[in-house]
Amino acid sequence: MSQTSTLIPGATGVWGGGKEPMKASYGKLMMWFFLLSDTFSFSGLLIAYGMLRFRYPAYPHNPTEAFLPSVDYWPIPELVFDAVPFLHGVHLPLVFVGIMTFILILSSVTMVLAVEAGHRMDREGVQKWMLWTIVGGVTFLGCQAWEWSHFIHGTDIGMTVERLVDGEWIKSIVTGANLAENQYGPQAFADLFFFITGFHGTHVLSGVILNFIIFYNVVVGTYDKRGHYEMVEKVGLYWHFVDLVWVFVFTFFYLI
Amino acid sequence: MEASTPKVEVKPVDPEKIKKIWRVAGILAIITAVEFLLAFTMDGGMLRNAIFIGMTLVKAFYIVSEFMHLKHEHKVLIWSLGLPCIFVIWLIIALLNEGSAIFSYFN
Repeated sequence: MSQTSTLIPGATGVWGGGKEPMKASYGKLMMWFFLLSDTFSFSGLLIAYGMLRFRYPAYPHNPTEAFLPSVDYWPIPELVFDAVPFLHGVHLPLVFVGIMTFILILSSVTMVLAVEAGHRMDREGVQKWMLWTIVGGVTFLGCQAWEWSHFIHGTDIGMTVERLVDGEWIKSIVTGANLAENQYGPQAFADLFFFITGFHGTHVLSGVILNFIIFYNVVVGTYDKRGHYEMVEKVGLYWHFVDLVWVFVFTFFYLI
Repeated sequence: MEASTPKVEVKPVDPEKIKKIWRVAGILAIITAVEFLLAFTMDGGMLRNAIFIGMTLVKAFYIVSEFMHLKHEHKVLIWSLGLPCIFVIWLIIALLNEGSAIFSYFN
């Protein structure tokens, strides 16, 4: 290998340099490849969930009757996630998480409208739609905070567990869940809930912050001076990705 | 502030484009609503899970191709993002197999 790269003078091929072989700007390409690497992170988490679920027996009781949690089998999500704010004790499976899904899809739509307004150099349009996107993101985060709080504090009944303490089996009641205890089923279920929805929630939070920075720049006229609104497109890609991940989390964590 | 901001010409709205965005939004909302409905009216099992996964992939396709605009990007970009996802498919097959193996070891 005496020569690892050769520059041919007057090279004219697509990949010869000086051209955009993928017809996209550097910033946009890097955002896309970052999102690809993020796809692998989320795939790793969700597939780990799948593996651990396959490792445990399925829920053996009738899903339409009262929830009987046990560390011996995997719970079914529609019996775990059945609470809605202000409706204590009412069994409403998946209603709250359904509302959260709609909020995130809607905020994705407002983001597309912001990008579209940016293409037309319509500053007021971008402002309006980016603000709605931020509102949607903050609302989603608020919902998730409530969801976490409910999951951590648990239900009224909890789960009775038997532990071996100093050679004796001692019965105790576990309510709620954290990284060491879990009333809903095997410990891995709670751990994965915190990791998967937490990792996604962190993405939503950083997305809201990025959206706000770009919104601020739009308001002070940075992109009018620059002559294009490509930054709105880039944060838009990130925001749609957050929505895309939620579509998968919704299906694989809550529906199946 | 105003003095330093250059005068920019706002292009008119193309109603066709806006209509298309809302159409995709409608499709996503309807699929989610149907998923929600099936979660209550259909008994759980392999068939329902297959329907859910199918609908998820349809939603993912619409978000990536229309909202993220990938369908209208250059072919090389589409392939260089799509092909690496083969690793995800491999990981699904490998780890779900692994999970079943551990299950049969304990039961």
